Amino acid sequence: MATFFQEDEILGKAYDARIMRRLLTYVRPYLRLSIVALVFLILLSLVDLVGPALIGYGIDHYIAPTTQTLSETQRSIGLLEVSTIYLFVLIIGLILRYLHVLFLSIIGQRIMFDMRSQMFDHLQRLSLSYFDHNPVGRLMTRLTNDVDALNEMFTSGAISILGDVLTILGITILLLVINWQLALVTFVVLPPLFWIASYFRVAMRDNFRAIRVRLARINAYIAENIGGMYIVQLFNREQRNFEQFDELNRDYLHQSIRSLLYFISFSSITNFLSAVAIALIIWYGGGRVLVGALTIGALVAYLQYVDRFFLPVRDLAEKYNILQSAMASSERIFKVLDESATIQDPSVPVEFGNVQGEIEFKDVWFAYNPGDWVLKGISFNIRAGERVAFVGATGAGKTSLISLISRFYDIQKGEILVDSIDVRNVRQKDLRKHVGAVLQDPFIFSGTVASNIRLHEELISDEKIHKAAEYVNAAHFIEQLPEKYNQEVRERGAGLSVGQKQLLAFARAIAFNPEILLILDEATSSVDTETEVLIEDALNKLMLNRTSIIIAHRLSTIRNVDRIIVMHKGRIVEQGTHEQLLDQQGVYRRLYDFQYAQ
Amino acid sequence: MSALLSLRSYLYRYRAATIGGFLFLICANITALFLPYLISLAIDSLQAGGNGSILVRYAILIIIAGAVQAVLAFFGRYFQAKASRQIEYELRTDLFKHFEKLELDYFQHHKVGDLVARATNDLTAIRSMLGPGISNLMNTIVAFTVTITFMLTIDIQLTLYAAIILPMITVVFIVVGRQIEHRYKAVQDQFGEVSAHAQENLSGIRIIKAYRQEDHELEAFRAANHKYMMLSISYARIYAILWPAMFFLAGIASVILLWRGGLDVIHGRISLGQLVQFMGYLAQLTWPMIAFGWVVNLFQQGSASMIRINEVMQHAPTIADPIKMSERSTKLILKGKVEFHHVTFSYGEHEVLHDINLKVDAGSSLAIVGPTGSGKSTLVNLVPRLFDVDQGQLVIDDIDVHEIPLASLRHQIGFVPQETFLFSIPLSENIGFGVPSLSEQRMQEVMESAQLAKDVDDFPHGTATMIGERGVTLSGGQKQRTALARAIAKDPSILILDDAMSSVDTHTEAEILGHLRNVMQGRTTIVISHRCSTVKNLDYIIVLDEGRIVEEGNHEQLLQKHGLYAEMYRRQLIGEELEETENGDLFSGR
Repeated sequence: MATFFQEDEILGKAYDARIMRRLLTYVRPYLRLSIVALVFLILLSLVDLVGPALIGYGIDHYIAPTTQTLSETQRSIGLLEVSTIYLFVLIIGLILRYLHVLFLSIIGQRIMFDMRSQMFDHLQRLSLSYFDHNPVGRLMTRLTNDVDALNEMFTSGAISILGDVLTILGITILLLVINWQLALVTFVVLPPLFWIASYFRVAMRDNFRAIRVRLARINAYIAENIGGMYIVQLFNREQRNFEQFDELNRDYLHQSIRSLLYFISFSSITNFLSAVAIALIIWYGGGRVLVGALTIGALVAYLQYVDRFFLPVRDLAEKYNILQSAMASSERIFKVLDESATIQDPSVPVEFGNVQGEIEFKDVWFAYNPGDWVLKGISFNIRAGERVAFVGATGAGKTSLISLISRFYDIQKGEILVDSIDVRNVRQKDLRKHVGAVLQDPFIFSGTVASNIRLHEELISDEKIHKAAEYVNAAHFIEQLPEKYNQEVRERGAGLSVGQKQLLAFARAIAFNPEILLILDEATSSVDTETEVLIEDALNKLMLNRTSIIIAHRLSTIRNVDRIIVMHKGRIVEQGTHEQLLDQQGVYRRLYDFQYAQ
Repeated sequence: MSALLSLRSYLYRYRAATIGGFLFLICANITALFLPYLISLAIDSLQAGGNGSILVRYAILIIIAGAVQAVLAFFGRYFQAKASRQIEYELRTDLFKHFEKLELDYFQHHKVGDLVARATNDLTAIRSMLGPGISNLMNTIVAFTVTITFMLTIDIQLTLYAAIILPMITVVFIVVGRQIEHRYKAVQDQFGEVSAHAQENLSGIRIIKAYRQEDHELEAFRAANHKYMMLSISYARIYAILWPAMFFLAGIASVILLWRGGLDVIHGRISLGQLVQFMGYLAQLTWPMIAFGWVVNLFQQGSASMIRINEVMQHAPTIADPIKMSERSTKLILKGKVEFHHVTFSYGEHEVLHDINLKVDAGSSLAIVGPTGSGKSTLVNLVPRLFDVDQGQLVIDDIDVHEIPLASLRHQIGFVPQETFLFSIPLSENIGFGVPSLSEQRMQEVMESAQLAKDVDDFPHGTATMIGERGVTLSGGQKQRTALARAIAKDPSILILDDAMSSVDTHTEAEILGHLRNVMQGRTTIVISHRCSTVKNLDYIIVLDEGRIVEEGNHEQLLQKHGLYAEMYRRQLIGEELEETENGDLFSGR
């Protein structure tokens, strides 16, 4: 369902020193490259200033000298010299500019790589509770769009703003050096320019937020409707849903037209101010030329500098937006990175010896949300090699109990011991090496049938895979696939039936051969009778020769276990064998009647 | 670029704004020519030793020209950009409407994420092309034509010198452009790989953790990510040349102007003022020229996006309203007699249903059973025309379904699909999804029938509770029962349950079916189920196997046949029968 709303809750300031400092730490590994890029940028700003000066020099000395000391030929040669120097300056500028842009891209790409890898790595370490609360769509946005927004800041936002500032600064100094009186007169346009810029900055920031929120709404609406379009059609909702969509779309249109007004007004006003500056130069500068305090060449250079002064100001608004969205994105990224795994490995882990597979719960209390107890003082002991089934109505706490043995969540009170070692005292990896799990919704990765059994574990040989598949009755359908074990399976196992996916998951569990196996096998009737028989048989084989805990709904599996533990509302209410429990006429008996009676 | 042709009609609709904007831009560019001209006049008068009052006059004229130019440019850009946003709005509207017409098959073959990307990112790219793209392109064209024409009237020779860079620009774009396109595509493709990997990893994080594959996963992700980085850098190597090259070429033009134009001044062919004027024009052309590189990029991305939009828009809905409506279809009220005559259906090459002949009387109930993949869902999907038959005929109330308007056909069918899909709206709106409004009393009735009423009492805001991520998460059984309530609320003539209670326990299912029998009195019910306990009480049962009806009849008749159905029934009951013999008369009371 909709996953796009919440990501725009953080909208960000355009500049936040705290975030900027943290972002800079990502630049540190590429400090040398960054310094080179920065040096190039400074050189570039200087080189760019040379052009107008050369033109001014050419005019004053060769094209229109005030004193006629040089012959026409000498003037021509002099002009050629100046032009040649100009050409060289341009070539240097070309090289500097290319390398500058390229280096920035390289730095940006490397930082993106680092950040994406870091975030992915971090996500792998986070506990399951995090994924319970953060849908995949949202995390994907962090990994893709948000990282991209940062890249844009590194390559075209922040650094080029720095370049612009350098250019503006350089021009200001030059103008003052050429003629400070004229410079001061020209600067008359600056106060209104700053005032206008700051006015638009505020207006555009608010507008920018409004647009993002609206776009997110549109995304969410489209995503949901595409996902359930057949429902929309079956229930003749096309018109009504379109009307709802149109409202969102229209709202976005209005905001986006408003943003347009800001942008265009700002650039038009800037253009006008640059004309005013030129007028001031002609009026005052011209006057200086007339009294001989300024040369014509200098005046021409002056005009060119002012033109270049306004160029970066014009797209300041766009860069400001880039900066703002980058800040918002980094804040969201850092929020993910700052999320600490609620489940941590112990600082001094205990090593497992030869695992026997004994499990003990001692007065275990557990809640997903504080105070909302799912398990209330559970105690039991499972011998090595024993097969135990947990039964109970939905919400009795069976699934939670299984997740706790793998330490997917931590308990609030009590102890969970595997071979008399508290699960919190061993590394999660070591624990899960010995505690395997078959989950309810068998997850299939894109790849081959074989790679789905082996996952990334190179140690599991092809032969072992075949044996595992054979053992759990999966070999039959695999052999019928055109490419057998090398058959490509698509994302989420599209093309395989639910039953086949389940068998594949069993094969995976067998191939990894854990000492303790947890099986979550909740009711689903979407499996045909033939496959059902295969699954039943495979389940019984899975539980052979190892400690097994199963949450079962199939009578045949329940009948085959050594012990049944009945849970009700977070407590253990009964335990014993199937026959014993039926005789007790208690909760199990009632459950049993509900489930299997006709 | 031919993909852009499909924008014609949209541009045509906003022709006033587009052409108006264009005219304003032309005027703005012509006005802009006055600035260098005024400057040149001022400089020439300075050289001639003019006086202060002339300078004041020029200064005032420059300000006026600047103001007029700013106003004209404002309107030019505003009209054009506004049109681009309106076209974006209309494209998105049309796309959404089109999505609403597309058949289920289309959505099954396209990923949601990809389609959403088309309606958002791709549309934004098109908007950028239509807005800044077209307005900068026009600006560049207008600026070049107007300025160069004006330059020609002043001095042909000097103009030609400055124009030398034009062919150079073209060459740069042809040479670099091709490489850019090529490498950009590689980058985009690899980006898809990276996203797909992350998406799958995050979706399967439980398995990854349970099997301790975190480190391996990171390694694989890093590899894909690294490749993406290398491709991006290789793209940057080429891309980074464009913008500096434009700067460089603009610089070259001013060098040539300085040298050749300077000589002309030295030889007295032109005045210094004219040279400065030319330089002013060149400066005015620099920005449009640099922007041109950006424009090319916008157009490239825009047309790539347009291709993706066109792919969707040009896919004609295969399931649409009939061209020839039955005369009777205007009456709209169906009784619910459903007949299949020699119906055959295939997904691509794979035949799913073969020569199905079946008649369901109005008001009766039909059960469909059979192994996974035998074609059960496909069969019922044909009724509301989620798919269309390939051969044969599907007839409802003696009218071919193809002659019944889609809306009225679907209006009278209540469908509960195998996979439940609910919307992130309040529960009450989900239940009333198919009807204009639902009275409080009717809502209660419907929830009772679907055994949902008790659950709702536990919800924080009753029926007003939001469903989905921002509200409560329903269990599988609750979802299925909500979907059932949604179908019943339509008060349909035909109710179809496609394995719709797989997550509901047997006991509850039995209660629901009991209720339904009352609700569906006199209406047609079609039920797919794996549970014999569910199907055995229905009027008629068919057994599908590999797309054929292999057995049919009522429960008793089928048991007599000792075929597939009997086998399935025996298997399902075997456990329970065992119990009965072992535990004596334990179940006799029920």
